[in-house]
Amino acid sequence: MSATQTPLPSWTGRVREAAVGALPPEKLLPDSQPTYVASWIYVFGVAGIASLVVIIASGCVLALKGPAWWHYTGVGHFFNSIHLWAVELFFFAMVVHLWGKYWMAAWRGGRARVWITGAVIFLVAVPTALTGYVSQQNFDAQWISTQAKDGLNSVGVGAFFNVTNFGQMYSYHVLLLPAAVVALVVAHVLLVRRHGVVPPFALEDRTASSEVASAERGSARAVGEVPSSPTNRAPS
Amino acid sequence: MSRVGRLRSNDDTTPWQGAYAPYDLVKELCIAIGVIAMLAILLTVLFSSPDDRPSTIAQWSRQQPVNFLAAATKELNDTSDTAEYGPPYNHNSDGQHAAFIYLQKWLGVSHPINTADDFVIDPLKTIPNDRALQSAVAEYQAAPEQTRKAWGEAYAKPLEERETALEEEKTPTKAVAADPATGTVTVQASGAGPVPMMMGSLLDLAKSGGLDGSLLTSNQFFQTDYTRPLLFMADGGLLAERAEGQHLLGEQWGMMNETGSYPGQTWLWLYTLWYQIEPFKSSENADILVMMMMGALSLAFICIPFIPGIRSLPRKIPIYRLIWKEHYRAQQSA
Repeated sequence: MSATQTPLPSWTGRVREAAVGALPPEKLLPDSQPTYVASWIYVFGVAGIASLVVIIASGCVLALKGPAWWHYTGVGHFFNSIHLWAVELFFFAMVVHLWGKYWMAAWRGGRARVWITGAVIFLVAVPTALTGYVSQQNFDAQWISTQAKDGLNSVGVGAFFNVTNFGQMYSYHVLLLPAAVVALVVAHVLLVRRHGVVPPFALEDRTASSEVASAERGSARAVGEVPSSPTNRAPS
Repeated sequence: MSRVGRLRSNDDTTPWQGAYAPYDLVKELCIAIGVIAMLAILLTVLFSSPDDRPSTIAQWSRQQPVNFLAAATKELNDTSDTAEYGPPYNHNSDGQHAAFIYLQKWLGVSHPINTADDFVIDPLKTIPNDRALQSAVAEYQAAPEQTRKAWGEAYAKPLEERETALEEEKTPTKAVAADPATGTVTVQASGAGPVPMMMGSLLDLAKSGGLDGSLLTSNQFFQTDYTRPLLFMADGGLLAERAEGQHLLGEQWGMMNETGSYPGQTWLWLYTLWYQIEPFKSSENADILVMMMMGALSLAFICIPFIPGIRSLPRKIPIYRLIWKEHYRAQQSA
């Protein structure tokens, strides 16, 4: 008598099952969104990601030619300017996005990690930009590095993060910190995809009536899904 | 309510069970990249980017030879900002602290700098074929510390008097004579021992560009660490003079700005703001106080979802009605 034994899943299989379970393809790349995702404020999240793409693309061109190239060629200066303005647009988009998400209380419904990763992206982007400013090899780099050292030294950070060391700052700027920003952005986007875009607050005076109306309308009203039944109330 | 109870949110937001509409995320991202790239190119064409040439020690010593000599003499006498800085450069002070927190001291000296040796004596030793200078250096090094200090102070005094007089727009002392045409400086200082010869040679070395290279030299060929030349220059007046002209000083919102009329690091506005107001503005420990304040605020920023009051403001101030205007209008008309 022989018994058929189910083989134990491999590590790869387990990772695949966990990943697909957490983010099935239709959730990872959905082709529809809740109807409330209809405001200009939603543009600033993707504008931030788009700015990051332009920053990295222009930064790669500058990295390919080396740190001094942009000082003595017009093409180099052109790419440096694109890099600078993309950074300005990145921070602008990120700040508007953060304010928008704050006023939406976008951490509701188990989305605290989405907020936390977003906030950490902003905080990691600040030294990423700073290391760029001190790697410029011009007067700005001289002045900013000699000023920034005092704040960093005062809390002991200067002992291992020396803003007057061009080589160290350049390494942080072209590899370590951008890698951290990109990793955080990927984690942030995956968390958004997993939890979905935060639903609107239920209007106090509309909550009861809309629930009744939703129940009455049934599934016929839905564009792609079941009818609306917002029960989202304010956090304490 | 208990403390834990207050931290716990009454959030009962449930997953959306309502209608969905077609939405092409990939198309949106591609369009956004195109728009942002075009916007960045437009801003580049309109405004370019700043690139003011860096200062050098050679430039500083040629343009401001008296200021250079005054700063270099302070380096020799261990009285410059760098000499008295403390960690991570030396043990000459504890650095900044907040109450009992001495992070600067606790993390120690990781980039050791002896300003007298590294900025003055060692570069002078690299000058070849000058027996008189090497004798002066040897005499200086062989002298007791008290004698070296007396020599240094005797030489520094007229230089500092001249610098102070110029700052206060008074008639400068005649003990220091600078020839703008040749860049030579004559300092009448009695009792300064070998220091006048040493500092004269250092000025010549600096003007030739030799000091720039000398401060970068270490025990290896390739160099990327500009700590020593930058700290030396920051102890002088040239960088600050250029910075003031470009509105980059601390009281001018400092390093969040950049040269020219460019936005700079506007995201550092809150960090820079504290330096403009009391008690930070006049505190000897302003840097650590500002950094600790920003550390606390950054932590609070991350933890907003868990901070009672702050997390409830969005519900109380109805900006969300504007954001989800279409959604609420559709609800009303349903």
